[in-house]
Amino acid sequence: MSDLTVFLINTTIKSIVVIGAMLGAVAYSTWLERKLVAHLQVRWGPHRVGWHGLLQPIADGLKFIFKEDIIPTEASKFIYILAPTIAFIPALLSISVIPFGSLGFFGSHAVRFQITDLNIGLLFIFAVTSLGVYGVALGGWASNNKYSLMGALRSSAQMISYELSLGLSVVSVLLVAGTLSLEKIVELQSGTWFGFIPKWNIFVLPLFISFFTYFVSAIAETNRVPFDLPEAESELVAGFHTEYSSMKFALFFLAEYANMLTVSALATTLFFGGWHGPAFGPLWLQGLLPLFWFLAKVFAFMFFYIWTRGTLPRFRYDQLMAFGWKFLMPLAIANVILTSFVVAWKG
Amino acid sequence: MELVLFFILAIIAVGAAINMVVQKHPIHSALSLIVVMGTLSLFYVMLHAEFLAVVQVIVYAGAIMVLFVFVIMLLNPHAAEHTTRYGTILKFGGVPLGLLLLAEIVVVVQRSVGAARPASALAGTTEAVGRLLFTEYLIPFEFISVVILVAILGAVVLTKREL
Repeated sequence: MSDLTVFLINTTIKSIVVIGAMLGAVAYSTWLERKLVAHLQVRWGPHRVGWHGLLQPIADGLKFIFKEDIIPTEASKFIYILAPTIAFIPALLSISVIPFGSLGFFGSHAVRFQITDLNIGLLFIFAVTSLGVYGVALGGWASNNKYSLMGALRSSAQMISYELSLGLSVVSVLLVAGTLSLEKIVELQSGTWFGFIPKWNIFVLPLFISFFTYFVSAIAETNRVPFDLPEAESELVAGFHTEYSSMKFALFFLAEYANMLTVSALATTLFFGGWHGPAFGPLWLQGLLPLFWFLAKVFAFMFFYIWTRGTLPRFRYDQLMAFGWKFLMPLAIANVILTSFVVAWKG
Repeated sequence: MELVLFFILAIIAVGAAINMVVQKHPIHSALSLIVVMGTLSLFYVMLHAEFLAVVQVIVYAGAIMVLFVFVIMLLNPHAAEHTTRYGTILKFGGVPLGLLLLAEIVVVVQRSVGAARPASALAGTTEAVGRLLFTEYLIPFEFISVVILVAILGAVVLTKREL
C-alpha cells in the first residue's frame, strides 16, 4: 500500500472512532448533567429508562427524531435550516487536533491517539470555534422572533467579548511552550518536580492565572451558567433556539455539549498535562492508561461545569459585559506581560 | 490533484463573490463574503501558509464578519433598501473603475508569471512570520499597532461622549 492510502485509511478510521466517541460522550454528558443537577438539588433525576436512567439519552434521541419539525412561516428559511449545522460542525471539527493519548500499539503498528498534529493546532481550534458564533447568531436572527433575536444579539456580543480574554489567556501558555502544536505542548509537560509534583502547566505560577482566565471565559464562550444569558429562560423563553424543534434543536443542544467537551479537552491539554499520568503494567495497559487519564481529566472538568450550574445564579447582562471587559481582559493582558517577564528572566 | 482543488475552490470563491453583490438582503451578502474568506484561507493552506490561513479565518471570518452580521442583525433592515442618491453616478462610474481594476489584475498576474515562488518551505509558518514581523518589518508593525490603538480610542471617544 502506498503512503497516501495508509494515511487515508488511518485518518478515516480515526475520524470515525473519534466522532463516534464524541457523540456518545455528548449524549451521556446530557445524562450526567441531568443526574448530577438532580442530586445537587436532592432529587433522583432520570430513573425510569434503564438502570438509573442510563438509557435516557437514547430515548431522548429517538424523541428528537420523531418530533414534528416546525419552520416558522416568516422565518428566513435557508438560513434557518443552515444555522444548526453551522453551530454543530465547528464543535466537532475542533476535537481533531487534540491528542488523546501517547502512542498505542496494534500488533507492530504504532498509532497516535490524535487525528492529526497540526503545527498550528492551537490556532486551528481558535479559528474553528470562532465560527461557532454564526450558528447561534444566524439561528436567532432567521427565526424572526424577538426573543430569539435578543438571545442571538446577546450571545454574539458575549462570545466576541470573551473570545478576547480566551485568546489572551492562551498566549501565556504559548510563551512558555514556544510552540502551537498541541502534541508538543503535552510533551513539554512530562516529568515531575521534586519527584512528586507533576510538571503540568497549572503549577507554573503565571500560568495558574491564565488557567483561571481561560476557564472563566470558556464558560462564557460555551454559554453556560453563570453566563448563560443567550438562553436565559426566565427572560427570553429559550433564547436563540426558541423556534427550533426536532433535530434542529437537537443539533444546537449537541453543539453546546460538544463545545463543553472541546473546551475541557483543551484545558486538559494546555494546563493539566494532557494524557500524562502514572503508566504501569504490561505494554497494552501502558498504551491505554494515558487515554484513561485524559478522559478522567476531561470528566473532572465536565463535573465542574455541571457543579457550577447547580451552584451559581446567573449574571445580569451589564455585569457580564463589565466583568469581561473591565476585569477578565485586563487581567489576561497583565498576565501575558508577567509571563513574558518570567520567560525572559529564565532565559 | 492540487490543480483540481484549486479550480474547485476558485469557482466557489468567485461564485460567492458574485453572489455577494447580487443578493438583495444584506445578511445573505455577508454570508457570501464569509464563504469568500473561507476559500481564501484554503488557498493559503494550499500555498503552505498555514499561519496566514488560520489568521484569515480568525480575524476576518471569526471577528470582523461577526461584527458585520451583528450590526446587520441589530439594524434588521429589510431586503433591497439600498437605494442611494448616487445610483446613476455609481452605475456610470462603476464600469470604468471595474475595468481599471481588471487591467491592474492582468498586469499583476502577467508580472508574477514565472517569478520565483517563496523558496523556503518555512515561508508561511508561524515562526517565519513572527521572525519577519519582529526583525525586518518591526517599524511598520509597531506603527500599525499605534494606528489600531488610535482607532480603538477614537471608537471609545465617539461612542462615549462623557467618560
